[in-house]
Amino acid sequence: MAKNYIKVSANVADTVRPKIAGAKDHPGWHALRTIAERITTPLLPDDYLKLANPLWSARELRGRVVEVRQETVDSATLVIKPGWGFSFDYQPGQYVGIGLLVDGRWRWRSYSLTSSPVTSAPSRTITITVKAMPEGFLSTHLVGGVAAGTIVRLAAPKGNFTMPDPAPASVLFITAGSGITPVMSMLRTLSRRDQITDIVHLHSAPTESDLMFAAELAELQRSHPGYRLHVRTTRDQGRLDFSRLGDEVPDWRDRQTWTCGPEGMLTAAEGLWSAAGLHEQLHQERFAAARTAVHGQGGTVEFARSGKSVTVDAATPLMEAGEGAGVQMPFGCRMGICQSCVVGLLDGHVRDLRTGVEHEPGSRVQTCISAASGDCVLDA
Amino acid sequence: MAITDVPAFAHLTDADIENLAFELDTIRQDIEDSRGGRDSRYIRRTIAAQRALEVAARLMLAAGSKRSAWWAGTVTLGLSKIIENMEIGHNVMHGQWDWMNDPEIHSSTWEWDMSGASKHWRFTHNFMHHKYTNILGMDDDVGYGTLRVTRDQKWKPFNLGNILYNTILAIGFEWGVGLQHLELGKISKGRDDRAATMKRVKEFGVKAGHQVAKDYIAYPALTSLSPWASFTSTLKANAVANVIRNVWSNAVIFCGHFPDGAEKFTKTDMVGETKGQWYLRQMLGSANFENGPALRFMSGNLCYQIEHHLYPDLPSNRLHEISLRVKDVCDKYDLPYTTGSFLVQYGKTWRTIAKLSLPDRYLRDTADDAPETRSERMFSELEPGFVAVDPTTGRRRGLKTAIATVRQWRRDRRTAREAATPDDLAA
Repeated sequence: MAKNYIKVSANVADTVRPKIAGAKDHPGWHALRTIAERITTPLLPDDYLKLANPLWSARELRGRVVEVRQETVDSATLVIKPGWGFSFDYQPGQYVGIGLLVDGRWRWRSYSLTSSPVTSAPSRTITITVKAMPEGFLSTHLVGGVAAGTIVRLAAPKGNFTMPDPAPASVLFITAGSGITPVMSMLRTLSRRDQITDIVHLHSAPTESDLMFAAELAELQRSHPGYRLHVRTTRDQGRLDFSRLGDEVPDWRDRQTWTCGPEGMLTAAEGLWSAAGLHEQLHQERFAAARTAVHGQGGTVEFARSGKSVTVDAATPLMEAGEGAGVQMPFGCRMGICQSCVVGLLDGHVRDLRTGVEHEPGSRVQTCISAASGDCVLDA
Repeated sequence: MAITDVPAFAHLTDADIENLAFELDTIRQDIEDSRGGRDSRYIRRTIAAQRALEVAARLMLAAGSKRSAWWAGTVTLGLSKIIENMEIGHNVMHGQWDWMNDPEIHSSTWEWDMSGASKHWRFTHNFMHHKYTNILGMDDDVGYGTLRVTRDQKWKPFNLGNILYNTILAIGFEWGVGLQHLELGKISKGRDDRAATMKRVKEFGVKAGHQVAKDYIAYPALTSLSPWASFTSTLKANAVANVIRNVWSNAVIFCGHFPDGAEKFTKTDMVGETKGQWYLRQMLGSANFENGPALRFMSGNLCYQIEHHLYPDLPSNRLHEISLRVKDVCDKYDLPYTTGSFLVQYGKTWRTIAKLSLPDRYLRDTADDAPETRSERMFSELEPGFVAVDPTTGRRRGLKTAIATVRQWRRDRRTAREAATPDDLAA
């Protein structure tokens, strides 16, 4: 008989207590909640109230889709009324996380807000505009399959692709396709704040009919002489050639520039501005989809809390990867049954070693039976 | 002396066990692939219904002055706590609903309505009990450190109180569960890691404090404002509801591992255990009870304890369909599938606990072949080559047939002995 001794140890992850969104903004309500919690513990009053109305909970940000407006054949604007805890003081250009219940699972994506904070606060709504991507399962669902009244989850607005207040005197926007969405929020805000003094906007779309916000942009051009829009229909005119940007915008070097669009365009712009030594005048937004599109075998695992990272193959469990890098990983059974080791997946994808199922960013994963599928970031 | 060699006990070869693991893995894969909107609606509706039931109970207790209203409110509250702890809390903490990616119904965030902290439960239950199921000296659930539930545990005079301790444990079960991870035994002997203990004591203290304050201070104080209820009437109602929940959850859990036929194991089984052997240990160490939809729901689907132990993280509402397939697998490999009616199974746990309060010399069976524990030694008289396909029926002869055969011999011998003794009695 073999050795009659097995060392039992574990480092069980703490139970994550609910966070109250916007508690500081409403101290009176929060005090009342704290008192009521004496009789609802271990739950919050919100956990009961949300059964009456899903928006009556600040434990998780939620919103109700109040309207779905078709923009083009393959894009739509969703008007969302956020529930308790949502703060409307976002910056134009920021994006918001949207969670949608599809076939029993909450799926998360980030979309640029197209509404302006100036109008959001009084109307208590926000808007996002989504273009259905051929390979994008969720975007297709959002454009075609969401009815008014649907409850979505929200993550607080984030991002540093923003327009300052007051705006710079001269501005250049270079956008393509749905890359116009964050710039739309900026334009609407600048228009409301009456800060449109000198804006050149180069926008590319495959054809005229693919142009989002066409009517509103035309109206903006008519009413603001300081706003000059150049639309390029790439199917017949070809893509914007950055080496000849001076032909279209001779004074581009004097402008603060915001660009958003496909990866190729952003790289070209980055090259041009860097070569000119004007890197800090260029503001770029890369869509998360572009960053994580390539799933690989293994990858670099970053541990956000401990600030460590390690590169591993596709067969190494994340727990082992972390322990190898000296991270205090939570652990228990090491065979996928006890849920002691569950941590958040902040970015990238991981794969379940038992079933091959891929987990998306925004989910929580068992590190003992998951491996990196491309680069990823763990909340550990 | 409990099972030391699972494959030998189960009468299966390594290849058999590998096939068994493959078949059980296939069931898991099928369920995982078919989880969807229907399942997610089930748990969300269950949670909503439980919360509504709880609010209804609290209202009855606040607004009803009649004795019948008090009882209705108390029993409703007890039922709501049972559902919260079993069909919801226990199962959510197992990660059965983690696939929904809903942060509010997730093993990493769930805290349940009882005095124990869910973090501690995930250690003692999800990890220790589910990984080291029924291994003597590793799985604390084998007797909870106070009860003698198998004759593998050496008898001490303390065990004379077995029935009393079991009664106390059943009534105060939430406290037993809550205190389990604090390992009071180790603390009293000074064998604990003091820093870790203090951290656990604090975590438990905070959780239990909030629970006690809710049930025995806040709610009674709130309802005393009502003209129809008083502080003490609510306090008593909450205490009784907690006891209803404690006794029921204790009964269901005891039916899972202590009725006759639920095997115990020694530590040696664990060394180099394959996935298939782990599956086998889970099947042999657990017992189900027969059920209908109501019993299924009120037991948190733990009437399917065998299936729950094979797949602790698959959604509870799917265990019924899983059980049909697991039963087929058991038949194929001629493995026992321990089950019985709830009352019979629960009665058997009490019978075992009552018997084992006595020293071994008063017990007839040895630890190699007793109702609550067996070992591969019970088959020492079977001739080699017993395991085979029965030439007449075409069925595999395995563990189930082997147990039946050995039992039959024992019965025959006993009849023969009794037939030889009537003269003595007459004399």
